[in-house]
Order: sequence, then structure tokens, then C-alpha cells
Amino acid sequence: MIELKKVTKSFGKQVVLDEINLNITPGSISAILGPNGSGKTTIIKSILGLVIPNSGEIYVDNQPTIHQWQYRSKIDYLPQIARFPENLTVKELLALVKDMRSQESSEDDLLKRFGLVESVDKKLRNLSGGTRQKVNIVITFMFDNPVLILDEPSSGLDPVSLLTLKDLVLEEKAKGKTILLTTHIMSLVENLADEVVFLLEGKVYFQGTKDEIISLTPASDLERSIAHLLSNSHQEQPVSANQMEESYE
Amino acid sequence: MRILATFVAVLCFLNSKAVPSDTIRVCGNCDQKSITAAIAAAQPHDFLAIESGEYKEGNILIDKPLTLLGIDWPVVDGNLENEILTITADSVSISGLQIQNVGVSYTKDQAGISAQKVSNISIENNRLFNTFFGVYLKNCSQSRVVNNDFVGNAEKEISSGNAIQLWYSKEILVENNQVRNHRDGIYLEFVDDSEIINNVSEGNLRYGLHFMFSDHNNYHRNTFKNNGAGVAVMFSKFIEMVDNSFEDNWGTAAYGLLLKEIYDGKIEGNLFNQNTIAIYGESANRLQIQNNTFSNNGWALKILGSCMDNNFTRNNFIGNTFDITTNSPRNYNTYDGNYWSQYSGYDLDRDGFGDVPHRPMKLFSYLVSRSESSIVLMRSFFVDIINFAEKVTPMFTPKTLIDSSPLMKPLL
Amino acid sequence: MNRTLKYTFYDLIRSWWCYAYFGFYFLTAGAILYLSGDANRAVASLMNIIIILSPLVGTLFATMYYYNSREFMELLLAQPVRRRSIFLGQYLGLAGSLSLSFLLGLIIPFIVLGFFGSEFGNFLMLSITGVLLTFIFSAIAYWIAIRHENRIVGFGIAIFTWLFLAVIYDGIFLLILILFEDYPLDKLTLGLTMLNPIDLSRILLMLKLDISALMGYTGAVFQKFFGTNAGITIAFGASALWILIPVMSFLRKAARKDF
Repeated sequence: MIELKKVTKSFGKQVVLDEINLNITPGSISAILGPNGSGKTTIIKSILGLVIPNSGEIYVDNQPTIHQWQYRSKIDYLPQIARFPENLTVKELLALVKDMRSQESSEDDLLKRFGLVESVDKKLRNLSGGTRQKVNIVITFMFDNPVLILDEPSSGLDPVSLLTLKDLVLEEKAKGKTILLTTHIMSLVENLADEVVFLLEGKVYFQGTKDEIISLTPASDLERSIAHLLSNSHQEQPVSANQMEESYE
Repeated sequence: MRILATFVAVLCFLNSKAVPSDTIRVCGNCDQKSITAAIAAAQPHDFLAIESGEYKEGNILIDKPLTLLGIDWPVVDGNLENEILTITADSVSISGLQIQNVGVSYTKDQAGISAQKVSNISIENNRLFNTFFGVYLKNCSQSRVVNNDFVGNAEKEISSGNAIQLWYSKEILVENNQVRNHRDGIYLEFVDDSEIINNVSEGNLRYGLHFMFSDHNNYHRNTFKNNGAGVAVMFSKFIEMVDNSFEDNWGTAAYGLLLKEIYDGKIEGNLFNQNTIAIYGESANRLQIQNNTFSNNGWALKILGSCMDNNFTRNNFIGNTFDITTNSPRNYNTYDGNYWSQYSGYDLDRDGFGDVPHRPMKLFSYLVSRSESSIVLMRSFFVDIINFAEKVTPMFTPKTLIDSSPLMKPLL
Repeated sequence: MNRTLKYTFYDLIRSWWCYAYFGFYFLTAGAILYLSGDANRAVASLMNIIIILSPLVGTLFATMYYYNSREFMELLLAQPVRRRSIFLGQYLGLAGSLSLSFLLGLIIPFIVLGFFGSEFGNFLMLSITGVLLTFIFSAIAYWIAIRHENRIVGFGIAIFTWLFLAVIYDGIFLLILILFEDYPLDKLTLGLTMLNPIDLSRILLMLKLDISALMGYTGAVFQKFFGTNAGITIAFGASALWILIPVMSFLRKAARKDF
């Protein structure tokens, strides 16, 4: 569904993505993990066309994406920071995004689930950070498109909403969507992800299932094995795994 | 013998009465059907009553003292060919005539009424329409031009004349005339001891009033409006300019009053409103300029470095774009006790005079006088800034160009 | 483009800035027209305010709006829309809402105080100038902001650009005129005026306001030049370029930029 071929991106002298090859399995939930600055957000932005790679190719649904824009109608995106035009109301913001996408949407149920029905006529500048993040989530999930990209979806959410979010993601997966997410919350990965992509220094260090990543390290659960990978990533040689060899071809 | 003696005595008596005049009627049905014929038939001091009608005559020579009186505005039409009335005798009086259509000539100064080397002429209550030159007095004295209405149709300076022109004359009174659409409204050259009072001169191509080489003249209570360049006083001494109003002389080369090579004059109680330059002075010396009001002019005073010993006191400067400009780093004139609307000082001792001296000349005025093109920066924010800086610490404008007792309130 | 324009406009026209900007022009124009009595003089004062303030507010507002909407931009850019439409729409919505605040603030005092009919020509000239300057300086500021991720640097450069064109440029201009006072300067003066949109607006307004008589020979040269069709075309062409060049530049930059 999503495929990156030899994608390189550098900002100035700093190489953020170094000839990355990546194939996201359709119909699954993949979590992109890695230390700060390893290129998680850059990969997501490259797929969305926010960042333009120096070289390489990206395909979504077998269509090349670089310098294209129509393909984005297949992707619903949840950005990391929820900041909106201050003087619009929630309703107007939803209308704006619907207007831009020209797609069918079903926001009423979502608004109810996140307790936003009361807030639809409020101006966005009067909403708290958490509420804005809920609005952000509604905007993402109100469309029905085959790819869903979530950048730190849990930030600023209260536990109840986080639970609602998890349910939502699983519901979408059940519809057969391909879902890509980045997060720092390991419980989210543990509960949701089918597959983990671990980035390190601009390369895919590891791609595989949760169990595979646990088996690579002495730790016994995902959180600890990830922590182990993160803390040792600079000293240790790459752990060899079949998937890794594939990605180095 | 007694009868003869009586007859002689009576004759002498009659003769001693200055005017043993007959009245000659001129009209379509009269004995005299034309003015020329009537003059030929008249005796000196006769009275010509010209009745209403149209008289297509030109080059009418009045060579004896006569009184011409129009009744119900007879029209004397020169048919755009010649001069109309030419006076060569003293004591001629002309009134009540409508004199029109004098021929335009590039070689002769043809006029509606001209007079040469005579005195005691009176030209009163006439209308002069399209007369090239209106009234032209050469070498005349003790004469009057009063209550006439002049309307020309001047379009170009070269092919137009002046409404009232006085040349080598003295003791002439020009009063209550309306003067419009000529080259100059009133022009005086080599004229002394004359008075120009209460005239209205407007819409003339060049000057409303123009003095050249004329001394000891007064002009009071006149209005000069909307003329090409305003009033010019040049090469003259002892001119009194009092209670006139100079208005709307607006245009690239226009001013209210141009002073050039003039000495010992007085400019008092005049109103200068909406002129590009209210007073332009070049080699103007020893003038008293007081109690005038300068309002809404581009420049109130443009006083070149060649002007000396002029006193500007108790004038109002209100809402002018520039109050003063000069082209010289030095100043030999005095400014004292004027009201400046641009003055921003205070009066703590409440004596009616500002406690801080006022510098009426802006730096920008100086820069424009150096490089004329820099006027394009007028009203630029940068110019406001440098004007302010110069006001705080003067470096370029003349140090003595200062009013050390500026009035806090305008004079009425 | 229309959609971004529409929502940017809706957002901004209800912002505190636009109310303040409207309020400022409403009060200032009202006070000046009411107090001065003489319409010609009032228009001249308004001109002084407009040619300094419209560029400044356009600059500040565009820079601020760009940096404030930086995150929201990411959401917009992830939608199936061309980049060009998003940026163009945002720019037009921004300059448009600012222009509308300005125009309303100006027109209401003119109508209420009864100057609208008699001073329509001057009003039109002030409006066109204010709107053009707003569009020009928003475009320049937008271009500067899009080139600089660091908002302090971006703000600094944008304000310096305004300062340069509003003040410093005229200083250099004046210096050149004084240094070369012995040479014929007509063409140079015309050229230097055309190169700065603030100077160009100022001169066009002054010629309209009959202050041109004060400008003597130089004024006559300008009057003659801008009196011809070619002259007025060149003047508007120069203004149009001042909008087009920054707009094209920021669109080009936007097309290649990483967000």
C-alpha cells in the first residue's frame, strides 16, 4: 500500500533519511519507532508530500507521489500539533476540511464520542490543548479513506479519550485500512501495532512484528526491548535479522 | 458806444466762464450720425450726448477738449480692426460708453481708449470688452480711470494686451475698476505718484498688477485673484501696498506678490491666501512687512539671499506648507513677534509670546533650494525626520533666521 | 485556492487585528475629516498616514499570520490540494481581509461626514493606494517569512524591508539628488520613484491632490509623465510587478519547501 524506494532526505548537511527502503503491509497497523531525530516525522511527511525527498521514489496505492497531489485524497492524516485558525469555530473548521477534500464525512458520531457536541460553535482559540487534539482526531477520522497516518496521536489526551482513540484505530483497522503511526507511548504500540519499524540514524534498523523485536533483545516485553534498543543503539552493532538484510539490498 | 461796450463786457464775461458749451446729440436719427462727424463739428468744451445704438467706428481722434457721454450704453465697435478712441487734447472726459472689438496688432499697441501727452483726462463708467489694450495713457498726468469694467479674451501672452496701461505718467488715479482676462490687469511703467485703489483684477494671463520703474505709488484695498502669476513690483521705490488681498494665484510659476529690485516699500495688512508662493523676494530691501496674514500657501515667503534689511513683524503664518525658504546660508532680515501656526513652544510666563524662539525655515526647504528635484520627497517620512533633527540642532539653515518672540495666538 | 481564500478571510476578518485596524482608520479618518474642514488638506494628511501605515501593518500582519498558521499549514498541505492554491489562497485572504478593514474604516467617515460625493476622486485614489500597498507589502513579508524558519529573523528582515522602503530609501534618494545637483535629474528622479512603491504612491497622490503646483519644474515633469497613458500604464505596471514578483517568488519557494 505504501512503498519507499531508496528515499534520501537531508536538511543541510544533516542526512535524515539515508536511502531508505520500506514497504508497509496493507491492512495492518505499523508503528514507526526510533530515537529523537531518527527521521520518524520526516518519513511521514515525505509520504504526505510535506517534505520533498532529495532522491528516491514513494508509492501510495502503486501510484508515484512525488510532486503529485491527487493521491492525498486516499490518506487521512493526524498532525502532531493541533493548532488551527483562532477565529474559526469548530464547525467552520470541519466545514473547511470537508470543503477541501470534497469527500463524504461522518463527524456527528465522532463528536459525540469525544464529547465535543457542546463545543461545535465555540471559537478554536477558546479551546484547551486537549480539546483541540480531540478536534484534530475528529478531522482525521471523519473521512473514510484507505490510508490513515497518525503522528503522535495521544499527545494531550485524557485517559478516557485515549481509550476512545484506541477503539477508533482498531475499528478502522477492521475496515481493512492501512494505518501508520508514530508515538512515544509504548502501551499504544503494544495494544495497537501489528508491525514495528525501528529507525536509527536515517536507516530502517528493524522491521518486523512485536514478537520478533522482543526476541532480538534480552528483555521480556516490548517496552523494555525498545528501551534496550534505544539505549544501546549507539554502542552495539546492528542485530542481524532477515528483515534487515532485505532492507539493505 | 455803450451798447458795444456792454456787448464786449458780456462777451468777456461769457468767455471767463470756462465752458460756453453746446450739446451735440449723436444718434441714428440725429444730425450727427457718427461720433467722428460729431467731433469734427464740435467746438472745444462741447458736450457730446451719444444715444444708444451701434457705432461701427474706429480711429476716432479727439483733438479738442470734449465731454463724451453715452446714454443707455451706446456701443462703439471697432470691428476688430483699429484703435477706437485716441485722445490728443487735455481735459477730455469719456463716460457711459461700451467700447468693443479693438483690432489685435503685433506692431501697434491699439487700445479702446488711448491718450498721449495730455492731462486732466477722465475715463469713468465705461465698459471695455475685447479691446486688446483697454485704456492706454502715455505721458499723461492728473487723470482718472474710475469705475470701468474691462473684460478681455486673452488666450496667449504674445497676442494679448493689458487692461489698463500707464506709461511715463504721473498722478493718475485708478479706482474701482473690474479687470478681467487680459495679459496684465494693470501695468505701470515709469509712473510716479499714482494711486491704485479698490480694483478687482482677476483671471489675467500674467500679472494682476505690474509695476516697472515706478516710484512713490500706493495700491490699497485691491483684490488680485487667480492671475497667472499674481502681482509683480519691480525696479521701484517707495511703494505702499496696503490692505490688498492676493488669492488663488496657484500654478507652477505663480505667486501672490513678486518683489524684484525694490526699496523702501511698505507691505501692510494684506491677505495672502492659497498662493503657490505668497511673497517672492529678489533684491528687495528695506521693506516693512507687517500685519499681513499668510494662509494656506505653498510657500509663504521665498526670500532670496539678495534681500536685506526687511522687517517682518506681527504677521500671521497659518497652515502654509512652507513658511520660509531662502537659498542662502545667511540671513539679513529680521523676524519678530509673528504668529506661526507651526510653532510648538510654550508660554510659561503668559506674556503672549512663546518662551522658546521659533525657527521657521525647515531643512527640507533648504535642500529644495539647493536641488530642485528633491521636492519629489515632499511629505516623505524621511523628510519629517530630518526636519525634526534640524529643528533640534540647526546645522544648515541660517542661524539668524529666527523669531525670538513668536506670538502664541494669531493676530486678528 | 478559493476555499483557502474563503476560510483565511473568514478567520482574519473576525480577528482582533482587523477590528483594531478598521477602528484606527475609522477614528483617524473621521477625526481628520471632521476637524480639518478643508477636504483637500484632510486627504493630504490621510495620505501621509496611509503610505506609512498600510505597508507597516501589511508587513507585520502577513509575517505574524504566516508564523502563527505554520502548524495548521501542515494539515492543509496534507489535503488533496495543490500547494500553489493553498498559499495563493492564504495570501489573498490575508491581504483581502486587511484591505477590507482599511476600506471600511475609510469609507464610513467619508460617507457619514458628507465627503463621499464631493471628494470621490480623492477617496478613490486613497483607496487604490492603500489597497495596493497592502497587497504589495503582505506579499513581500510573506515571501520573507516563507524563506526564514526562524521567526525572529523573519520578523527582523520584514521590518527592515519596510523601514528601508519607507524611510532609508528616501534618505539615499535625497543624498543622490544633492550629490548630483548639477546634472539634469528628471529621468533619474522618475526612475527612483518607480522603484519604490511607497514613493510611487506618494507622488501619484500628490499629483492628484493639486500639491503638484508646489513641485515646480519637477512636478511638471511628473505631471506630464503620469498624464500620459503610457506613464499611468508604467506606474500601474510597476505596482503590479511589486505584487507579482514577491507572489511568484513565494509560490516558487513554497513549491520546493519542506514543511
